[in-house]
Amino acid sequence: MAVTKADLATTLFNELGLNKREAKEFVEAFFEKIRIALETGESVKLSGFGNFGVREKNPRPGRNPKTGEEIPITARRVVTFKASQKLKDRVAANADMLRKNTLKHEE
Amino acid sequence: MNNSAITKSEMIDMLAAEQPQLAYRDVELAVKGMLECMADALAEGKRIEVRGFGSFSLHYRASRVGRNPKTGDAVVVPEKHVPHFKPGKELRERVDMAAAAAFNPATGSDDDL
Repeated sequence: MAVTKADLATTLFNELGLNKREAKEFVEAFFEKIRIALETGESVKLSGFGNFGVREKNPRPGRNPKTGEEIPITARRVVTFKASQKLKDRVAANADMLRKNTLKHEE
Repeated sequence: MNNSAITKSEMIDMLAAEQPQLAYRDVELAVKGMLECMADALAEGKRIEVRGFGSFSLHYRASRVGRNPKTGDAVVVPEKHVPHFKPGKELRERVDMAAAAAFNPATGSDDDL
């Protein structure tokens, strides 16, 4: 089962004693801060977790994979995320468990 | 384009300023607690889905033969899972829209590699 904003708010409620409304608002404010920073072109470095950044993409020719029709892809700005070494190590440390868990990947 | 970065402690400062009903120490613990909760979830192989922001999941990387860049020796890189973030619709649109607005008058090409 995926972790959601409601689960994060519950953690704040259980572990810090914020009331339910405060916890819910805090979770929202946290992600909004990251969105605002990225919107203004700033990166966000959360040590121990990872870094969010923005990247400019040049326009390039694209194709509708269904029809084969050529459609230009316009220049755009996209969000990138790079997990910190610490997070990668934590995920790697659980490799055995993940293998057994028949984790389903998208793509 | 803005090259600056904000850090976790700056995030804590900003959130504390905006949430005066919470003690600074609580804001600090809340930010760390949220990140800890998200890192724990990924380490356990769980997905994280934050509406309006994006989702975190693990992507599988098969084992491959790589090279030690210093010596050129072939080494087997074992299979692994790596954290992956997919921005959600609102985040994608807001970031791209801000870029469009900023670039509107100037069509000069940024030769940004």
